[in-house]
Amino acid sequence: MAKVIVVTSGKGGVGKTTSAAAISTGLAMRGQKTLVIDFDVGLRNLDLIMGCERRVVYDLVNVIQGEASLNQAMIRDKRVENLFILPASQTRDKEALTQEGVKEILEKLREGFDFIICDSPAGIERGAQLAMYFADEAVVVTNPEVSSVRDSDRILGLLASKTQRAEQGGDPIREHLLITRYNPDRVTSGDMLTLEDIREILAIELLGLIPESEAVLRASNQGVPVVHESASDAGMAYLDTVSRLLGEDVPLRFHQASKKGLLTRMFGGGSRR
Amino acid sequence: MKLMEFLKRERKKSASVAKERLQIIVAHQRSQRGQPDYMPMLEKELVEVIRRYVQIDDDAVQISLDSEDNCSVLELNVTLPKS
Repeated sequence: MAKVIVVTSGKGGVGKTTSAAAISTGLAMRGQKTLVIDFDVGLRNLDLIMGCERRVVYDLVNVIQGEASLNQAMIRDKRVENLFILPASQTRDKEALTQEGVKEILEKLREGFDFIICDSPAGIERGAQLAMYFADEAVVVTNPEVSSVRDSDRILGLLASKTQRAEQGGDPIREHLLITRYNPDRVTSGDMLTLEDIREILAIELLGLIPESEAVLRASNQGVPVVHESASDAGMAYLDTVSRLLGEDVPLRFHQASKKGLLTRMFGGGSRR
Repeated sequence: MKLMEFLKRERKKSASVAKERLQIIVAHQRSQRGQPDYMPMLEKELVEVIRRYVQIDDDAVQISLDSEDNCSVLELNVTLPKS
């Protein structure tokens, strides 16, 4: 039985799709049979980040409306075994997704996978609520920045009230905090919220910390999830995050400012790779 | 003396300002969690009705809904200015 994990944030542009792509790829690399579903109907982008945009034939809405089978719509990843992508529809409007339809396909899919990662659209509207509705766990992606933290708190409110687990009174959804675009140098200089600040305000457990990194843009440019750049700081931080999702106790990295020598202090440089 | 104080005064870091602002707004958001969707609208209209008779500030009205076993209690607190 697969575990369904929603990757959500409320605010747009904080790294939901990057994180969903990296986490699902990382899980598959660890031998877990994983499916990543794009719930952003009308604005699909997961296919681009995963590098399979030219192989999309059918999508989530086709499956829900019975125009294609799951096997026709799921795209097998070319780099990692055990990894599948179910893209969102680009053309249809958001009304095409129904709760009944999502429920039905998730029930079918739970049988065949270890993990199902749902990449949520931004906002708190229907699409975002559908992406989280059937989740067992949630990864709340947050930037160290006021609007992102506030929106994450709103999402936590929805997770606690507008989901199947909340409505049926089962075990609550397990909530994880994933801080992205963290810049330890700016934290040290006092111009960025610390990870302790964010954790204290949101009061949920920290799953991972991804440093602001040039590797992320480089990876998305090429359509290669950033965990494939296994020597990069962001790649390693996402792999740590995946290990923690699998229940391993991995110490935090990349949260302390780099110690700079006199020369780099004087002349700058030292970009993060 | 003034100049020394000015130089010694530590500029408040922006991150700590951000943290304080977030703590306040998040506490406010959480207090509204789980309440029905009509509450903000109800609060706004109550302020309007009261204003027809007394001039009050926006934050002079506080409403909350408490659920007990088989009924809900709507609590309304209005602070009127000294007349």
